[in-house]
Amino acid sequence: MKSTGHLCLAGAILWAALAVPLVRHALESTMTLQMLVQLPLLGLAGWLLAQATPARLRRVIAEWNHRGISGLLLASLTSMVWMLPRAMDAALDDPRVTLAKFLSVALLIGATIALSWPRMSFVVRGVFLVELTATCFRLGWLYLISPVRLCSNYLLDDQQRLGEYLLALGAAIALILAWKLMWGRIDTASTDREDSQSGQTNDGDTRHRLGPGEHSTLALDAESGLHGPRQRGLS
Amino acid sequence: MTVLRTLLASLALLAAGIAVLAFATDGFRAYTTEAARRIGVREHPPAVPPLALQTASATRSGFGALRGRWLLVEFIYTRCTTYCSVQGGEFATLQRRLTGPIAAGNVVLLSVSFDPRDGPVELADYQRRFDNGGAGWIAARPVDHADRVALMHVFGVTAVPDGLDGFVHNAAINVVDPAGRLVAVFDWDDPLAAVRYVTRRLTP
Repeated sequence: MKSTGHLCLAGAILWAALAVPLVRHALESTMTLQMLVQLPLLGLAGWLLAQATPARLRRVIAEWNHRGISGLLLASLTSMVWMLPRAMDAALDDPRVTLAKFLSVALLIGATIALSWPRMSFVVRGVFLVELTATCFRLGWLYLISPVRLCSNYLLDDQQRLGEYLLALGAAIALILAWKLMWGRIDTASTDREDSQSGQTNDGDTRHRLGPGEHSTLALDAESGLHGPRQRGLS
Repeated sequence: MTVLRTLLASLALLAAGIAVLAFATDGFRAYTTEAARRIGVREHPPAVPPLALQTASATRSGFGALRGRWLLVEFIYTRCTTYCSVQGGEFATLQRRLTGPIAAGNVVLLSVSFDPRDGPVELADYQRRFDNGGAGWIAARPVDHADRVALMHVFGVTAVPDGLDGFVHNAAINVVDPAGRLVAVFDWDDPLAAVRYVTRRLTP
């Protein structure tokens, strides 16, 4: 409990630090910094904040967030908004949009992922990471080849540099994903957890978690329709 | 139960998300600020305030004084050596193409500098460089900083320092109608579209 309090405090400090005008202007001075540093750090702040979510609230959210699906959807839709060049521009020019960015990226993306990721099954996590990779490639390619500036506030060479970085990031995520698939920890707990938990009240219950190298036979999973001898976790 | 609730929550989130995205993109029509600006101008033409301008011949003019005529407005800075130097050439083209309406006093071409370092001398040089045929093309600058900011805001012009002592800006040909409203925005390299737009409205 103490450590989650510390994490939450760290999140709050990070959030506040990013809002300091000097820091904000520095991180918004280029498209690359805004997209690859400021936005991820805002997400991280939200993720840290969510670590101190009271168990009661967690349970209520979980009842509406089977396997993290609604959370994933919320985070994806919110990211789509902040991928619009228009929204990135407006966040620089309009204080209301700036506020919306700081709140939504931290809470609707960072905190939401924090509360949903542990509930996601192998398949959902895989889809999420593959889609993240694809998005990096799509955006990166677009920024790299676009002959016009997509953001009125940023220069073309900045946009192209961001494009290169996004391609590199997409490649890195794809490599990590491939590594996880090949040598990752086998973990069925995340899939089982919610099913075994639905109806239960405590998330501190003892559950079967497999250690590295252990093999498991996944019990017939009636609720999800997922059948298989084993699953590899992507945690 | 959890599955059903999640389904409901997801559907609600999806509907809300699509609504927000539609709002943020003017109904999935504008993904960039520039596209949004053009749609906004077309659908809700903003009134251009009657701000004063100082011209290349150091005389006073302004958006108030020019009411009653069609204005083709471009934003420039005279030291530009990249594509805005072509922009000046396009304005010279406009001047030749619109000789009739200009002579009749129906159309005025207006190049406005957003660079505080541009004075009447620089503006006159700029026009000379592009072979100014004389009539109907005014090069001018806002008289003070507040006017410059107000003007750039109305026309939706963003100028970003390019690190080479110049600017990168969203250049375009802006059309102001005789009532002083900004009614259309055309690509800077497509002056003929602006010519067609204005001449169609001048010939009943």
